[in-house]
Amino acid sequence: MKFTRTTAQLNWIYAWLLLSPALIMLFAFTHYPAIVTLISSFFSTPRGKRPAKFIGLENYQALINDEIFWHVIWNNLLYALATIPISVAIALVMALWVNGKLRGLGFLRMAYFTPTVLPLIAVANIWLFFYTPGFGLIDQIRNGLFGLPDQNLLGQTDTVLWAVMAVAIWKEAGFFMIFYLAALQTIPPSLKEAADIEGASRWTFFWRIIFPLLMPTTLFVSVNAVINAFRLVDHIFVMTGGGPDNASTLLLFYIYEQAFKYWQTGYAATLTVVLLALLSILAIGQFFFFDRKVHYR
Amino acid sequence: MSEQTLPHTKPFKFSWDKTLNTTGAWVLALLWFLPLAYAIWTAFHPAMYEVRFDLTAPLTLENFTKAWEAAPFGRYFLNTVLLVTGILAGQFILCTLAAYAFARFEFPGKSVLFTLVLLQLLVMPDILIVENYKTMRHLGLVDTITAIALPYLASGFGIFLLRQTFMTIPKELEDAARLEGCSILGVLWRVYIPLAKPTYLAYGLVSVSHHWNNFLWPLIITNSVETRPVTVGLQVFAAVDGGLEWSVINAATLLTSGPLLIAFLLFQRQFVQSFIRAGIK
Repeated sequence: MKFTRTTAQLNWIYAWLLLSPALIMLFAFTHYPAIVTLISSFFSTPRGKRPAKFIGLENYQALINDEIFWHVIWNNLLYALATIPISVAIALVMALWVNGKLRGLGFLRMAYFTPTVLPLIAVANIWLFFYTPGFGLIDQIRNGLFGLPDQNLLGQTDTVLWAVMAVAIWKEAGFFMIFYLAALQTIPPSLKEAADIEGASRWTFFWRIIFPLLMPTTLFVSVNAVINAFRLVDHIFVMTGGGPDNASTLLLFYIYEQAFKYWQTGYAATLTVVLLALLSILAIGQFFFFDRKVHYR
Repeated sequence: MSEQTLPHTKPFKFSWDKTLNTTGAWVLALLWFLPLAYAIWTAFHPAMYEVRFDLTAPLTLENFTKAWEAAPFGRYFLNTVLLVTGILAGQFILCTLAAYAFARFEFPGKSVLFTLVLLQLLVMPDILIVENYKTMRHLGLVDTITAIALPYLASGFGIFLLRQTFMTIPKELEDAARLEGCSILGVLWRVYIPLAKPTYLAYGLVSVSHHWNNFLWPLIITNSVETRPVTVGLQVFAAVDGGLEWSVINAATLLTSGPLLIAFLLFQRQFVQSFIRAGIK
C-alpha cells in the first residue's frame, strides 16, 4: 500500500518536472499578459514619472464614445463575415477537385497551395502593384479590354476593404483546402460504391454523405478562419496603413496604432480585452452552432 | 472520382461533368497562380517590361542585385534563420516534455492544466503584443532575436499535436523499456521520439513556415538591422518612398519568400502530406 502511494507521488513529481518548462513559458507569455491586459484596461496610461492610476471604467467609456472604434469593429466583423465563408467554400471546392482525377493534378495542387507558404507581407507587396491605379494589372485589364477608366481601389473608402479581403481569401483558401483534403482521403470508397448502387446522383451523394462527414473539418477550419480574421493584419501595413479614413483598419491594427504609434497603452489594453472577448464569443458560438450538426466518427 | 468506381463507364467517353470540372479547376488554379507568376515575370525582366508582356523580353538578374545592394538582406536572412531554428529547437524540447507528461502521467490538476494549454490556440501571443512588449522591456530584451522567439517557445498546438501522437503509441513498449532499466527520459528518447518522427516533421514544417512569415511581433520588438527578420526587412525596404522600381521590390519580395518557396516546390508532396498529417489530429 505504502509502496503504490509513493510511486504515485513520484509520478506526480516527474510529471510536474516534465511540464514545468513549457508551463512557465506559457504562463509568462500567454496567461500572465492576458490577465494583466484585463487589469491594465482599468488603469490610465503611465506617462513619464506619473504611474498608471486606477480609473475604473473610464477606458471603456472612452471606447464606447470612440467613433473610430465602432468603425473598426464594423470593418473587422464585415471582414470576417465575408472572408470566412468565401475562403472556406473555395477551399472545399479546391479539395474536391484535387481529390479527384483531373488533368494536371500536380499543377492544380501547387497553384492552390503556394500562397500559403508565402509571407503575407510579401504577398501584400505583389497585390499592391496589381491595385496601383492606371499602372497596375487590374487597371491595365480594365483599360485594355473594357475601355474603363482608371480606378483607385485602395484609395476609396467603399472599395478598400474588399480589395484587402481578396488578398486574405487568396492566401487562406489553399491552407484550408489541405484540411479538407485530409478529411476526404479518410472517407472510404465503399460509400461511393454503395451510393452508386442506390442510384444516388453526385449532388445528393455530396450533400447527404460527404458534406455531413466533413462537418468536424468544417468546424475546425472555421474556428481557425475566425482566429485568422482577427489575428492577421500584416497586409494592412503594406497596402493601406488602415486608410483611407480608417476604412480598412482592423481591430489588431488599431491596437497596434494605439499602443505603438500613440503610446496609449491603457486604451490599447482595453481594445485587446474587446478582441479577446470577441474571439471567445465567436469560438464558443461556433462550437454550439456546429454541435448538433457535427457527426463524429 | 466516380469514373474509377463505375464499371460501365468507358475510358474515353466524353463527359460534360468531367470537362466542366477540369475547366473550373484550371481557371481557378490559373487565377491563383497569376499573382506569383506576375511577380516572377517582373523580377526577372528589366523595369520597362513591368506591364509589357513580350515573350522575347530579355531576362535579367539585375533587379535582384539592386535589391540585395539596397538593403542588408544577407543579415536579415541570417536573423530569420537564427530565429526559426531557435524557435523550432525550443518548441521541440518544451512541447515534447509537456506532451509526454500529458499523455502518460496521472497527476492532480491534469485536466485544468491541459485546458490552459489548449486556451493558447485561441488566445495567441500574436494578440497580446502590448503586455508582451512591456515584459520584454522589463527583461531588457527589446531588440533581440531572443525576444522575438520567447513568446512562441511553448506552443499549445505543438503540445496538443505531440500528446495525440504519443497516446497512440502502445504502453507495452514503454513498460518493456522500463523493465530493461530505461529511465523516464530514456524512454522518451528511445521509444516515443523515434516513433513520432512523422509528427515532428509535420510540426516542424508548419512551425518554420509560420515563423518565417511572421511579421507583427518582430516589427514591434525589433528596431535595428542586427535583429530584424526578412519580413520586417522587406517592409522597411519597400516602405521607403524613394522611387523604387516595382521590379526591384518584386525581386526583393521573391527573395524573402524564395527559400521557403523553393523548399516547398522541391518537397511539395511531403509538404502537403505533412500539413495533412498535422491537420488530421
